[in-house]
Amino acid sequence: MMYVVGTLILVFIIVIVVQIGNITEVAARLRGEKQAEHDKNEFNARMMILFMVGFLVYSVASAIYYAPYMLGYGPNILPTQHARDIMQLFNVTLFFTGIVFILTQIMLFWFAYKYRAKEGRVALYMPHDNKLEVVWTLIPAVVMAILVVFGLMVWNDTMSDVSTEAESVGLVTGKDNEYIEIEATGMQFAWTLRHPGMDGKIGEKYYKAITPTNQVGQVWDDPKNIDDIILDELVLPVNTTIRARITSRDVLHNFDIPHFFVKMDAVPGMPTYFKFTPDMTTEQYREHLSQYPEWNVPADPDEPDGPKRWEEFNFELACAELCGKSHYSMRKIVRVVTAEEYNAWLLANEEKSLYLTEIRGTEEDPFLDKATLTIEKRIADRKAADQAPSDDPTPATPEVEEDAAAPAPAPAPETPEAPVDAPEQEEAGQ
Amino acid sequence: MADLKHNDEFLIEEVKFADVMEDGFHDHHHGDKYQSNFITHYIFSQDHKMIAKQFLITGMFWGVIGGLMSLVFRLQLGFPEASLAWLKPILGKWIVVSDGVGTLDPQFYYALVTMHGTILVFFVLTAGLSGTFSNLLIPLQLGARDMASPLLNMLSYWFFFLAGAIMFASLFLSTGPFSGGWTAYPPLSGLPQASSGSGAGMTMWILSLVFFVVSVLLGGINYITTVLNLRTKGMSLWRMPLTIWAFFITAILGLLSFPVLVSGLFLVMCDRELGTSFFLNEIFVGGQALEQVGGSPILYQHLFWFLGHPEVYIIILPAMGLVSEVLAVNSRKPIFGYQAMVLSILAIAFLSFIVWAHHMFMAGVNPFISNIFVIFTLIIAVPSAVKVFNWIATLYGGNIRFNPGMLFAIGFVSLFISGGLTGIFLGNSAIDIPMHDTYFVVAHFHIVMGVAAFFGMFAGVYHWFPKMYGRFMNDTLGKIHFWGTMIGAYAVFWPMHYLGMAGVPRRYYSFTTFDFSSQFAETNQFITIAAIITFGFQIIFIVNFFYSIFYGKKQTTRNPYGATTLEWTTPINAGHGNWPGGIPAVHRGAYDYGKGGREYIPQIEPVSDEEKLFDEEHAH
Repeated sequence: MMYVVGTLILVFIIVIVVQIGNITEVAARLRGEKQAEHDKNEFNARMMILFMVGFLVYSVASAIYYAPYMLGYGPNILPTQHARDIMQLFNVTLFFTGIVFILTQIMLFWFAYKYRAKEGRVALYMPHDNKLEVVWTLIPAVVMAILVVFGLMVWNDTMSDVSTEAESVGLVTGKDNEYIEIEATGMQFAWTLRHPGMDGKIGEKYYKAITPTNQVGQVWDDPKNIDDIILDELVLPVNTTIRARITSRDVLHNFDIPHFFVKMDAVPGMPTYFKFTPDMTTEQYREHLSQYPEWNVPADPDEPDGPKRWEEFNFELACAELCGKSHYSMRKIVRVVTAEEYNAWLLANEEKSLYLTEIRGTEEDPFLDKATLTIEKRIADRKAADQAPSDDPTPATPEVEEDAAAPAPAPAPETPEAPVDAPEQEEAGQ
Repeated sequence: MADLKHNDEFLIEEVKFADVMEDGFHDHHHGDKYQSNFITHYIFSQDHKMIAKQFLITGMFWGVIGGLMSLVFRLQLGFPEASLAWLKPILGKWIVVSDGVGTLDPQFYYALVTMHGTILVFFVLTAGLSGTFSNLLIPLQLGARDMASPLLNMLSYWFFFLAGAIMFASLFLSTGPFSGGWTAYPPLSGLPQASSGSGAGMTMWILSLVFFVVSVLLGGINYITTVLNLRTKGMSLWRMPLTIWAFFITAILGLLSFPVLVSGLFLVMCDRELGTSFFLNEIFVGGQALEQVGGSPILYQHLFWFLGHPEVYIIILPAMGLVSEVLAVNSRKPIFGYQAMVLSILAIAFLSFIVWAHHMFMAGVNPFISNIFVIFTLIIAVPSAVKVFNWIATLYGGNIRFNPGMLFAIGFVSLFISGGLTGIFLGNSAIDIPMHDTYFVVAHFHIVMGVAAFFGMFAGVYHWFPKMYGRFMNDTLGKIHFWGTMIGAYAVFWPMHYLGMAGVPRRYYSFTTFDFSSQFAETNQFITIAAIITFGFQIIFIVNFFYSIFYGKKQTTRNPYGATTLEWTTPINAGHGNWPGGIPAVHRGAYDYGKGGREYIPQIEPVSDEEKLFDEEHAH
């Protein structure tokens, strides 16, 4: 039924269009073709000016309207240095192209209006003007040269790898030249995030070792895998260089954290890297947003008394390379915390390493012969330390755990030596 | 007016050309017999004018299909809550109805996005644009009886038709048409386990594109040969209209780049069917680890974009050529800087081969490589800017007639500026980090090579419609179509820049999964409504087009626009062979408008003595 109505409407529209066409032709004949031609020409010339004004106002007004939404503008400040550099380049480009945009659009529509056909006028004969052409070849060339030089400086800074002396660490000590290498593995349709653990080293993986529990295919012979943690959310310390190692286990994905201007394809069989340093914690960013009225509305419109939008803000990790039917849903939260919080978090999560929770003590465990691994000893020691104050009347609250973890920012005394006590296996694992 | 009379002797029926090139064409007396039968005239025609119309109408068919597809996925984006159950009779199982609310299946959403891209890029803006106007104008504007090989020309259309038929059939597969994006990046496109559209849908997609490439190559080789060998007496390369330069260079681009696409697709096929691993490496998919190792998905991207980048110029150069011609004719002025225009086409064409990796800045290639591609990419802005300035200078001091063709030509320049400038952002690899694969890119390429190329095509259709059918399209409807499309296109694509600058990735089925993209519900509604209205304005064009074929205002003079070029010297509704007698010889370039106080001087008019004096005075 609906389709019949739809077809009838379409036929109706077609008839109307045809009739409009016929009427205008008859009307033109009645008025005299010349006169009609002239009138229409004048009308369209005026429309050119109208359109020009409307278009320029629309482009500027919409930019102002959308400013609070765009990254790098309004409340959406950029929490990494390389993003701010890119934004500066963006704004310089916007300055040059903005001038060209406004001037050329005005000239185009203005000339169209000004030089509309007039009876008896013969157009200016101007086949070329070499001087003019040289000028408008050289000006874009110079501007492009500026943009290329500036752009490549920013690009090469951003894409440079961590320095060769730099060291990947687990706990943050605040020393120069330390970075944290985390691994993101794209799969249909989720990111699997792997933290290197206390040793700061990501263990070997092999795609044929993938099982339902071992999602990235960690190779257990490699002692570096013992403390690697699979994360629900990406927890990063502020002001510390992060080197994201980006891999894929099936099709192409793209590791995309919009707020950080971090984006890199995940390619099966070939790790890619992106280095970045967030310099604001999620908490700081929320506080910053709280100054803006548009962030002071309830996050959920149905719950007017619920948390405000800024309280719910999170940095998000997305996929930016089409990877199949649920490409749009590969969401993970990125939480930037202070170095102290990060260290405490890592210590508290150490025992959640995939090896300890799933492999230790099973047939797959290559270190069955070792009664106690260093990591286990470390965890046990820490638990004992936790137990000690719990003899106090104070009940075991999360606060207690934090207290216990507090001294961690100072280099943990147990860590300097080899992370695992299986040196003879270390060779095999490589 | 005296001048006009002077022209008339070349233009009114029963023309006597000042000079003709006799080629003995009519001695064979096969001219009439050739078109005697319905099948050879309308279907398996070897006449370039008929083949041009075939390309155009097939292109329009695909344009409607591709446009409707975009409306379906725009509905999903603009009104994700609304029920699409009413589409179930057409889309069947791809509309999942629960509790009376029909939602578009994500798999089919991606199939629609993929098909929209493939159809628009290849079938509409390559075949429909370059196929139509290269066929129509190359012989007519060069003074040739037909293409160098009419048979290959006919085959070119029928391979295109075959490609279209296969693609169309793939829409009805139970696993759905290919859904991995028009770029078809493996491993997604190479592994049926990764996506149901990568099964039979991908096989048919490859097959279709291979036939399409055959069509492009047959057409291209023909265009090149015709331009090089079949120009009439006096038509030196430097006297060719800019349309022909554009088609000529486009054909060379196609000839050099399309085979690389075929090689890429061939290797994908090997990976799919023969167990090779050109693009596969260490993949675990569908619960299984594949044996293939050692390939690189990035290799495919190099092969694809080695075609893919020239392809965007294959789309835009013909539009530029058409626009240059229409602007000059209707401004009654020579195109400003003819030589610079030709040289900039050549420069753009050359550079288009060495910038492909700017699509791959974020693909995991060595960042150092990007330095080189940034430099070449931004250099393209220079010849492009020259073209824009020259178009604007062509309007300066003109006597402009705003017929629909001219309006679309002016609209093209506006769009090309707007879309071209955002290319300067994206071409700079650093800015590409936040912008890559976001709506900013969608806005950029839709404006600069999507809508702009359509505008070039519309300009061409309105302008040369009398050459195709001996009638005019309705002027007022054409103008309504123009203003609706101009305003609508900007309304659709302009806000997408802001989505991109907020970091919203393209090809997202839903905006609500992420906080940073969920704030754009209203913007998406606005875009969707604007898209539907803009599509509505295209119905006016389609009705106008088909109605005017039969009932449009008749063309009464040979040269209704007062143009200088050769196509307007043929009889109205020229038969096979184009000119009844000998082919007119050419004595001058294509842009003698307003010279020496005369409104225009056709190419067929010999240079007079006074004019030689005039030229000497004006020589720099």
